[in-house]
Amino acid sequence: MKILTKWLRAYLPGLSVNDAQLAEDLTLRGIAVEGVYDLGAGNGSLYEMDITTNRVDAMNHYGVAREAATIYGLELKPLEFSLPAAKPAAQPFSVAIEAQDLCGRFTAQVLRGVTITESRDWFPGAEVASYFALLDQKKISNAVDATNYAWLAMGHPTHAFDLDKIEGGIVVRRARKGEKLKTLDGMERVLDPEDLVVADHKKALALAGVMGGWDTMITPETKNVLVEAAWFEPMAVRQTARRHGLHTDASHRFERGADFAAAPTASRLVSAILLAGGGSVEGELVDVRVPALEDRTARRKPVALQLSEVQRILGTTLDAEGITAQTVEAVLGGLGCGVQAASAGTGSWLVTLPSWRLDLEREIDLIEEVARVYGYNRFANTLPAFAGGVQALPWAAKEAAARTTMLAAGFHEAIASTFCSAAEAAQTAQQPGQVVPLGNPLSEEAGVLRPSLVPGMLTMVAGNLNRDVSDVRLFELGTVFSGTTEKVEERPALGLAATGAIPQDSALHAARQIDFHDVKGVVEQVLGNFEARGLYFDRFPADAGITPEWLHPYRSARAVVDGVTVGWFGQLHPREASARKIRQAVLVGELYIDRLYKLPLRKPAARELSRFQPVRRDFSLVLDESVAWEAVDQAMAELRIPELVDWRVREVFRDPRLGKGEYSLLLGATFQAADRTLREEELQGFHARVVEAVGKAGARLRAQA
Amino acid sequence: MIDASIPELPDYGEAALEQAFAALEASARTAAANLSGEAQVETFRLEWLGRKQGRLNEISSRWLKGAPPEAKKALGVRFNALKTVVEGLLEQAAGAGPSDAALKAEAIDITLPGTRRLTGAEHPITKTLNEIVSVFAALGYSVGVGPEVETDFYNFESMNFPPGHPARDTQDTLVVANQERRPLRDRLLLRTHTSPVQMRTMEQQPPPVRIVIPGKVHRNDAADATHSPIFHQVEGLCVDTNITFSDLKGTLDHAMKALFGSSVKTRFFPSFFPFTEPSADVQISCIFCGGKGCRKCKQSGWIELLGCGMVDPGVFAFAAQKQPAYDPKKISGFAFGMGVERIAMMKYGISEIGQFYAGDMRFLGQFA
Repeated sequence: MKILTKWLRAYLPGLSVNDAQLAEDLTLRGIAVEGVYDLGAGNGSLYEMDITTNRVDAMNHYGVAREAATIYGLELKPLEFSLPAAKPAAQPFSVAIEAQDLCGRFTAQVLRGVTITESRDWFPGAEVASYFALLDQKKISNAVDATNYAWLAMGHPTHAFDLDKIEGGIVVRRARKGEKLKTLDGMERVLDPEDLVVADHKKALALAGVMGGWDTMITPETKNVLVEAAWFEPMAVRQTARRHGLHTDASHRFERGADFAAAPTASRLVSAILLAGGGSVEGELVDVRVPALEDRTARRKPVALQLSEVQRILGTTLDAEGITAQTVEAVLGGLGCGVQAASAGTGSWLVTLPSWRLDLEREIDLIEEVARVYGYNRFANTLPAFAGGVQALPWAAKEAAARTTMLAAGFHEAIASTFCSAAEAAQTAQQPGQVVPLGNPLSEEAGVLRPSLVPGMLTMVAGNLNRDVSDVRLFELGTVFSGTTEKVEERPALGLAATGAIPQDSALHAARQIDFHDVKGVVEQVLGNFEARGLYFDRFPADAGITPEWLHPYRSARAVVDGVTVGWFGQLHPREASARKIRQAVLVGELYIDRLYKLPLRKPAARELSRFQPVRRDFSLVLDESVAWEAVDQAMAELRIPELVDWRVREVFRDPRLGKGEYSLLLGATFQAADRTLREEELQGFHARVVEAVGKAGARLRAQA
Repeated sequence: MIDASIPELPDYGEAALEQAFAALEASARTAAANLSGEAQVETFRLEWLGRKQGRLNEISSRWLKGAPPEAKKALGVRFNALKTVVEGLLEQAAGAGPSDAALKAEAIDITLPGTRRLTGAEHPITKTLNEIVSVFAALGYSVGVGPEVETDFYNFESMNFPPGHPARDTQDTLVVANQERRPLRDRLLLRTHTSPVQMRTMEQQPPPVRIVIPGKVHRNDAADATHSPIFHQVEGLCVDTNITFSDLKGTLDHAMKALFGSSVKTRFFPSFFPFTEPSADVQISCIFCGGKGCRKCKQSGWIELLGCGMVDPGVFAFAAQKQPAYDPKKISGFAFGMGVERIAMMKYGISEIGQFYAGDMRFLGQFA
């Protein structure tokens, strides 16, 4: 919105500050001047304003002037326009408000013998031509410009009809089903029975408070005019405007509450401008009001205000004096409130509310006005005392542990879109069909709430590869969604993806591609943060339909903690990789971290370290391809030899000298006692037991070369 | 030949012994001084202490064995002294380690880049969120969270956005499908702000409340350099007896100084939010130019950073339906909210908001 300071000053004869100071003072009171542009000598400045939606009353020159008058305690020139004496009408122009719930006031003024001409500066207070030039507002005709001038001056929408096109009188009513109206924008509109229209006795003339009609518009031939200034119910205008996709200056104001009392003044201003070019008034202003709506606007009940309440809410000021009864009375009086002391000197008032400030309804609204005009920055900075404790979220430490592990493993944290396509969702949803679509998605690719972090991970991996970043390590701690459009469930999840070489940044060491077991190690480390009795990984035949579709069936695993599935990970299914034009192996996984959050964090506990020498024994084993490491591992665990403190697979190799379908594995075992040095006989005994146990598991000792 | 270097003893007299042993010691010292590398040290050791052909062994077999009994004691003393000297020299030589030449042969190019183990980087949004949360934790604020899919009631109605109110237009909303037949208050949508957690918190606990709410929010906004349909907010709520507007000012002034440095100034402007009254926008003095005016602050010296205000009694009225202690005549409170992306963009000099959600390794790696 644009404001001319020259126009403001016309309403504020006593204003002495310059335009820059005025702009700052207004801004600090919430009437924000975003830009000040000098218009040259004698023309003042143009303000570019940004006024919050609750302050429609200040979106015009008189409204801004009222704010300035309040700030500086100045006299604001009243808006007064005189019309020539009316010629009597044969009978008053007929106006009826049929929709008494939607139209609170309708004024009509008949003007005869007007001349439709170009706008000029008509009289002091109606500088149409010069103000429009400064505002870069297009001039159309004196009739249209008059309504625009009234709008810019006082923010009240008015409308001028070609009186000769009106049949009978005015009826403000709901539209009839299927009724048609061609609006000023040339659009033929079919009206809704809930639309409020200004009609004559035959037809709809205008969409009330939104836009006038084509057939009754002012033309160069117009001789007789009906000036409308009315008050329409905000919700009715809003819904009509929405239904027709029509957002006009008039609808903007009526939707947010116009000034019930302003109608006659606005009407007089429009009439005065029109008549300045010739013509006469016929009859008095016809003014039809609906008392019920007037009670809700111009005649609202006074609001009680206590100084103690002002102070309770606002607190300490920088001035020792603080906010006094005089401050309250000056601010509210300046804004147009009637401030009446409930009883003298008690700091208790009954405040009548201005008709143009429908945003003021309650005591707190008045307190805000006091604070705003007094100046927010004149309040002190105080800190409230507090005796309570601070509580972290129950899972905060667990989430932090998972994040720290992922970061330490060299994965960057990412945040992906909350949405994915229906196809991606169908493929990655944990429970089939539990996918929640959006009603108004941003795009088809973002049509549903993500049921998994995997689609986002894959999109980001593909994005990196497309940008020629071939080494990718990403994870996300985010929310996934399931359920139905009736009831949506949200759970936290941990997604991870990796592809490319490790180590990533070295001239001296050969890089190798990250593989399944690298990622398994990361998963084990994440799971290792939690206190659990049992952890295992398993895999299912491709035709079992258990492995998620996005995973390579033979290079993926399920992680199970204490009997509960906590996630899946592995190599991206080659079919999915090629669908995404990914040519290198991608590892991807998702952990259902909400299930881990049910477990306590593992608390490190120290054990006594043995002072005695550990002894390592290696076993070179030959196994059938069908025997997995797990079998050997389990056999070792079941030995339950207290001195067997560690065992691990040290090497796996395929050797052509072995039998067909066999492979070799080097098992390293470490024996150590807490209380003694192990004797050779003991070690021989352990050795024999290991050989026997792994033998039962399907492994034989490889013959010495 | 080693043998050749062991002179014949002219006699076993005191002087002859003195001279012979002095010569041997000098020779050992000279040799030891020039030793370089383990191999030479080993040669020296063999030359002097070798069991078969070592000089001391030679001396022992040639001089000691042939000595007359009366000279044996003096010879023995001198022999042992020499052996100690040689052993000492050897120890010294061995301790000095390899020679410079040997070390030089092992030189490497130290200007080659170090082998870095990739360290993961915390997302700048997480980092910024955590910073904000910890500033408020120090002021006694606990952390609260709420669902990303909200009902119309929590997102709008209970936050004083009545049905059909124009204020709803300012927050374009993504909605869950198939909600049209449900009562308006139950309709599901993607929360447009973290404010609904204010209501959820108050419904759960009576005052006093001090809570800070980090979270992801969504709006049906077209993406551009500074707008994204996905973004993050941190919301704060403080409710107690005697919480005032000046407390709100002091709290945020303190928090902005903690986040951006103690020289940062704040100023407050009247604003409008349906759920607070009085409402304010907060600006901080430009962190780039210190308030002198620069391109980042559009020459104003100030940067707009957050919205806040005193909790509207209408919001308390909704809370009081479940917790009667939220009586606006007895308690008061303030709320504030800030966009995390905006703060992170400012702190780290990020110009495109979309980079936060692209998962670009090059972008994320900068925050390691």
